[in-house]
Amino acid sequence: MSERTQTVPLAPGVARLLGGEAAALPGAGLPWLAERRARAAERFGALGLPHRRLEAWKYTDLPRALKDRDYRPARELEPVSLDAVPALTEEEPLARLTFVDGLYRPELSRTEALPEGVRLLTLAQALEREPALLEGRLGALTADDGGDDPQQALLALNAALIDDGLVLLVEAGVTVPGRIELVQLGGLAAEPVYHGPRHLVALGEGARATLVERIQGLGPTGSLANAVTEIRLAERASLTHLRLQEAADEAIELATTRVAQAAGSRYESFALTLGAALSRHELLVTLDGEEAEVALNGAYLLRGSQHGDTTSRIEHRVPNTRASETYKGALDDSARAVFQGMILVERDAQKTDGRMLNKTLLLSEKAEIDAKPELEIYADDVQCAHGATAGEIDSDALFYLRSRGLDERQARALLIEAFLAEAVETLSDESLREPLLERVRAWLSAAGERGRMEKESAA
Amino acid sequence: MTDSMLKIENLHAEVEGKEILKGIDLEIRPGEVHAIMGPNGSGKSTLSYVLSGREGYEITRGSVSFKGKDLLALEPEERAGEGLFLAFQYPVEIPGVPNTTFLREAVNAVREYRGEERYDALKFMKFVRAKLKELGMADEFLKRAVNVGFSGGEKKRNEVLQMACLDPSLAVLDETDSGLDIDALKAVAEGVNALRGPERSFLLITHYQRLLGYIVPDRVHVLSRGRIVETGGPELAEKLEAEGYAAYVGEPEAA
Ligand SMILES: Nc1ncnc2c1ncn2[C@@H]1O[C@H](COP(=O)(O)OP(=O)(O)OP(=O)(O)O)[C@@H](O)[C@H]1O
Ligand SMILES: [Mg+2]
Repeated sequence: MSERTQTVPLAPGVARLLGGEAAALPGAGLPWLAERRARAAERFGALGLPHRRLEAWKYTDLPRALKDRDYRPARELEPVSLDAVPALTEEEPLARLTFVDGLYRPELSRTEALPEGVRLLTLAQALEREPALLEGRLGALTADDGGDDPQQALLALNAALIDDGLVLLVEAGVTVPGRIELVQLGGLAAEPVYHGPRHLVALGEGARATLVERIQGLGPTGSLANAVTEIRLAERASLTHLRLQEAADEAIELATTRVAQAAGSRYESFALTLGAALSRHELLVTLDGEEAEVALNGAYLLRGSQHGDTTSRIEHRVPNTRASETYKGALDDSARAVFQGMILVERDAQKTDGRMLNKTLLLSEKAEIDAKPELEIYADDVQCAHGATAGEIDSDALFYLRSRGLDERQARALLIEAFLAEAVETLSDESLREPLLERVRAWLSAAGERGRMEKESAA
Repeated sequence: MTDSMLKIENLHAEVEGKEILKGIDLEIRPGEVHAIMGPNGSGKSTLSYVLSGREGYEITRGSVSFKGKDLLALEPEERAGEGLFLAFQYPVEIPGVPNTTFLREAVNAVREYRGEERYDALKFMKFVRAKLKELGMADEFLKRAVNVGFSGGEKKRNEVLQMACLDPSLAVLDETDSGLDIDALKAVAEGVNALRGPERSFLLITHYQRLLGYIVPDRVHVLSRGRIVETGGPELAEKLEAEGYAAYVGEPEAA
């Protein structure tokens, strides 16, 4: 890609961010960091926002979404209580870091119950007190300050304004005895804010952990988040990563997750996408050691004019690795979803087992899915399959249920829930399934409410 | 005035512009069992779908009253709530929905419609287990997804289970006896007979006299080319078994 056109301007609201804010960011006193930020800002200035002429951004028009928006960094600590964030399961999380509009809130966080061998702190704390913890880790997977792929320009934007985030380091052999929650609340600021969280997770050999990311809009303000998460799993390490994205209606929620897996490690991700006006969740996983296994699953439920993009790339680099990916979604009104999935099998990666499936229910004629599952295979002894389907609710099933007394709304809800349950049931931790299904049901009953109100106002 | 359960008058219905029902008249009183027999394609299932309110059928003439109400003005779920039940000729598979969930939602939906309290999970399990026992069915039926992977006979028995749970006033059984082995047929017939009572009526659509040996009907109708061409007592079924439909399908098509 030699195209270096200057024709895609930075959205002014984003460009302004790059001027002069660095002094207020955490770790501003660290020369290496300042230098890194400056380099990344320069890179981002050269690359510009990813635009639709780039293959990976064909279906998501970020420049247009950002065109008339203006953002500033969050400064104010908005009053907020965790009461607005319902408990995920009856079992309390072992620890929790809470950020509001990107700002860390110790009074809403809890880290005291952590056992030996587990470090959980914020990126700002690490930068200020223990920068050595980050050495060789920050940006190691993403090369975000120096990369020249315009499709990955959001990494440079994140690096230029790197502020705060979660750092989770688990030593070899340690099992974290409970889930760790990363709560990111938004929508409360008086004016739209930008925040670029940077999260770092590193699990030592044989370590195990569960990380639950909860992104929740508590107010109406449409902020812009541009998160980058770097996850490194050593041999036989295992991470379950649940991501519930319930951002504010007007929010733009961008996230790039980069995972590197050593031999025998397992990464299981489930992403539920419900919120934001526009969201993109990009996952890049490399299977670098034999017997490494990845499961990327998720569900998206979108309505109104929401746009939700899931883009993933799994690289099988060595023999005997496994990947499975199942994403299911339901789209109502004129919502639009994008599913781009690439499974790449390198020449040496014999005996790869890779499966990818994307299924979407279109609940309205104006809803749209752009699905692009792809396999790129350079090895000859592999088992790979991919498929994508989109369709409407089965009218025979709908009538069958109605003939048994369920009204149309109940019948549709039951069928949609059953459809999505198939994705939710991929979660190996059964205790996390029910909270996900609850959210699916809440989404469905909100649809029912809306339908009822429309009927009443039409009458 | 409502000593009529179902009253169909001069019912005409079209599918995709093609007239299938061409003037049906039929009256069923509470407690009665009627049977409809007729050649393939004569409109039996169409009649059952029109009664239960399936989309895609245009009623061009006629009326149907059910317990004194204008049936055709009701949504399918309202018909179920009022007490109409259709056992499908081809029960629908619903992947991902456990049979228990399906039955519970259905039972509670009609209970709500009828002004009765919803069953909680526990009460419902008691209720449905009792029904299964009455019908000699295994609990295992409940766990599986609705009709998914059920054998033909199991699907039909699942229809009978739903009927027993929904406590209908009028049950239309569309070839519920087809594809059943002798034991299953007996079980289905016993299920129906157990539900018979002075307030409950049945409309049995069948090709076989055998079912009518177990469930003796009050009236037997012959449906041919969208019309009821003959009505008689149980002996009519025996006559049809012996002679076939030759006498009816030969009739000239009325313009
Ligand atoms: N959706 C449809 N489109 C076109 N024709 C239809 C449709 N549904 C039914 N028909 C036609 O209507 C006629 C009556 O069909 P119906 O299923 O009611 O017959 P039936 O009496 O139940 O037959 P069987 O004994 O085989 O079950 C048939 O000729 C059938 O092809
Ligand atoms: Mg039929």
